[in-house]
Amino acid sequence: MFSDLPLLSLVIWLPILGGILVLAAGSRNALEARVLSLLIAVVTFGISLPLLFNFNTTTAAMQFTELHPWISTWSINYHLGVDGISMPLILLTTFTTVLVIIAGWDVVKSKTAQYMASFLIMEGLMNGVFASVDAALFYVFWEAMLIPMFLIIGVWGGPRRIYATIKFFLYTFFGSVFMLVALIWLYLQSGSFSILDFQTMKIGMEPQIYLFLAFLIAFAVKVPMWPVHTWLPDAHVEAPTGGSVVLAAIMLKMGTYGFLRFSLPITPDASHQLSWLIILLSLIAVVYIGFVAIVQQDMKKLIAYSSISHMGFVTLGLFLAWAIMTNTGSTQGVALGIEGAMVQMISHGFVSGAMFLSVGVLYDRMHSRLIKDYGGVAHAMPLFTGFMVLFAMANAGLPGTSGFVGEFMVILAAFKGNFWYAFLAGTTLILGASYTLWMVKRVFYGEVANPQVAALKDINAREFVILGLLALMVLGLGLWPAPLLDIMRPTVNHLVQHIAVSKL
Amino acid sequence: MNIPMPDFMPALPEMFLLGMTCVILLLDLFLTERSRVVTYLLAQSTLLGALLLTIMLYDNSRTLTFSDTFVLDPMGSVLKGAIYIATFFVFLYSKGYLRARNMFKGEFYILGLFGVLGMNVLVSAHSLITVYLGLELLSLSMYAMVALQRDSVVASEAAMKYFVLGAMASAMLLYGMSMLYGMTGSLDLTHINQVTAAVGSGQQVVLAFALVFIIVGVAFKLGAVPFHMWLPDVYHGAPTAVTLYLSTAPKLAAFAMMMRLLVDGLGGLHAEWQGILVLLAVASLALGNLVAIAQSNIKRMLAYSAISHIGFLLLGVLSGTAAGYAASMFYAITYVVMTLGGFGMVVLMSRAGFEADRIEDFKGLNERSPWFAFMMLILMFSMTGVPPLLGFWAKLAVIEALLGAGGLTWLAVVAVIFSVVGAFYYLRVVKTMYFDKADAGAAAIESTLELRVMLSANGLAVLALGIYPGTLMALCATALSH
Repeated sequence: MFSDLPLLSLVIWLPILGGILVLAAGSRNALEARVLSLLIAVVTFGISLPLLFNFNTTTAAMQFTELHPWISTWSINYHLGVDGISMPLILLTTFTTVLVIIAGWDVVKSKTAQYMASFLIMEGLMNGVFASVDAALFYVFWEAMLIPMFLIIGVWGGPRRIYATIKFFLYTFFGSVFMLVALIWLYLQSGSFSILDFQTMKIGMEPQIYLFLAFLIAFAVKVPMWPVHTWLPDAHVEAPTGGSVVLAAIMLKMGTYGFLRFSLPITPDASHQLSWLIILLSLIAVVYIGFVAIVQQDMKKLIAYSSISHMGFVTLGLFLAWAIMTNTGSTQGVALGIEGAMVQMISHGFVSGAMFLSVGVLYDRMHSRLIKDYGGVAHAMPLFTGFMVLFAMANAGLPGTSGFVGEFMVILAAFKGNFWYAFLAGTTLILGASYTLWMVKRVFYGEVANPQVAALKDINAREFVILGLLALMVLGLGLWPAPLLDIMRPTVNHLVQHIAVSKL
Repeated sequence: MNIPMPDFMPALPEMFLLGMTCVILLLDLFLTERSRVVTYLLAQSTLLGALLLTIMLYDNSRTLTFSDTFVLDPMGSVLKGAIYIATFFVFLYSKGYLRARNMFKGEFYILGLFGVLGMNVLVSAHSLITVYLGLELLSLSMYAMVALQRDSVVASEAAMKYFVLGAMASAMLLYGMSMLYGMTGSLDLTHINQVTAAVGSGQQVVLAFALVFIIVGVAFKLGAVPFHMWLPDVYHGAPTAVTLYLSTAPKLAAFAMMMRLLVDGLGGLHAEWQGILVLLAVASLALGNLVAIAQSNIKRMLAYSAISHIGFLLLGVLSGTAAGYAASMFYAITYVVMTLGGFGMVVLMSRAGFEADRIEDFKGLNERSPWFAFMMLILMFSMTGVPPLLGFWAKLAVIEALLGAGGLTWLAVVAVIFSVVGAFYYLRVVKTMYFDKADAGAAAIESTLELRVMLSANGLAVLALGIYPGTLMALCATALSH
């Protein structure tokens, strides 16, 4: 019954138009704005479910496609479609938005309608990024996203929000403009803005290197990779809880999604030649940023650094391909790295979202994010502590949680490439455990630090629902990742075959 | 002696404009202060009538008339249409502003209409004489408009500066034209093009001088660095209503002048003028964007931002391809739409005795008027070049033209880097409106309903044209495919 509906257009435009509706209708009455936003977010999530159930897991081709001419002068089309890479990310987006709306329910008191509307519009734009098959359309969504995020951090953020949000905007804007030049160059060569045409066209080595670097700047900033990661701790710390969740759970994935959609298939030879660079940067992120995370005093900052470290795993998994091919002489095992990276993307979406929401729960009560202000929270909030420990374990990569699956697959793939890659990547198991569990120990266990902590109330029903849903996802993906892998497999296999062939 | 009758049809809009302006000029003498609105209404209907005539005359061919000194072509018609519409909006936005300052006089409209006539002549020029005639008619009207508020010291200073520097630029241009005439023996642009394209190297020196002087004249009128000095002072010093006029339609005319002189007249020397324009463009992008950061006055900020936009506009022209010219034209129209909104916002915020021209006057606008804060947000992000707003497509068109021209990729990279620099000061305006708290006692917006409605239409047009830019782009592309 859903097959004849333009599902992708709906998951893009319903939240955007809904956001405008919330602005128009809910400006006077905050409760109205909340209810309306939740309704729109839930309906959008509902509409995105058929994407999962009707997904054809036997093909790598784009599904649910829509194609309409848009700007004929440049042959830009309104071309949408999803494959095994993008479909799970759209579901992650629609799911996370519902949680974010609930999380902001009675916490956001000023300009509630604008807050809710910003997140709904963000949701539509993010879905647009993942669903675009046309490069110009992709770029429009990619950049347009900056506007609501700029406002979210700047209006509802912490004390240094203005510095953080301008830094965030300028960093990401700077990265993206090079991608724009690269996309226009590709258009002039191929005569079309279709990403699929970019992927199949032949490109010489020198242009490939330039294109790869242009894409690298754009995506490295977004991931973010060391050393262009410095906007992230600022943005995360200053953003309101919902903003941090969306940033960590979805926006960071856009960088790695970009690598999968653009860098690897469009410039495979340059990716081959420069894969050492990405692997190097990824390992620095995993190890060095892991150490940086240990010494953080601020919980949000700690999670922000842990995000960078975990995203290093994703980029590592994506670019291990050639090391494995040279070492083993076959493409077997390459898919393992890429699949691992993709599982890690989804898992990190849940885990980091959950961690930020948990910090939000504490912050709403104590208005402090500093570890030293807490201690012995477990005495006052036993239920919440249970959730937090679970998410911390997942963040540390404990088997049985979603965090384990992706990291394990990437480390396994790294062994096929080079022992030292695997060795360095493996340190995350120690580092991740140290910074996460040490934070949990200091915040939740030990003596009750002060009277405010003793007076804390445990989570209410609203918070229980959010954290419970996330806990389900974290455990579900950890114990039974097979459905996700099945969805990804054809696309990943196709990608592996594609990048194994030179485009020169 | 038998003088053949020229074909008057192609110049019908201009003749209509001239006739109507003279009628308004006479009629205005007999109007009392209270019925001044008649002048306003007549001026607006003149613009609409001229628009109608221009649309009627539009077709995809090129017609020369008046001994080949006047040309009617699609590029000219599209630009004229844009000029009328822009001026219509200027008159509409400024009505309340002028009333509040006791400047609601016939002169503003009559000078404005004469300026439009000058722009039209410039746009349709096909000989050096017509170019100069149009330019002077436009410039003299503008000098007088800046000086309209004669008791204001700032405005008089701005007018004086503008007049002296403008006269010098006109002299430079005229000097260049005279050398060109001396060399080619003709004032006709097509003929000049044939001669200069085929000229031997022995005469290159004169030609180089002529070229440089002409470019100086054009660059001054556009406000490209290093001939930009007048621009911030004039934009700042002139009453906002006049700034609104100066900063919009005349830029379209200046673009047309550049196209007529450099492309129609000196197209054969493209390789020579490309190098000069590269310097002007990069300098404009750099200086405009960097100096705008330091401004606390929004009119000055927009003036420097205008300089940087001119840099972008030059990039399209210097690529020397039809796609590049179309991109520049698209950029010029986009720039006018955005600037109308930008200065329109300043007019909207001002009231009697309060100019609202400091950036901090926009503090907390989101709390005072969320709708107009949103309109300004759209305009600022559009000027930054963030999709899906119109300004993004203009930048995309120019970058595409640069990459398509070959060998200019580095310029595209320079341009995008400076647009990131530019993002900072546009963001600061958004920051002021959304993140800062309004000062206690900041008044609500008082303005006429028509201003509110049309300014909203202006802002929404930036969004709507950004979501669907295809038609406007196709219009520019067809206009320049001849």
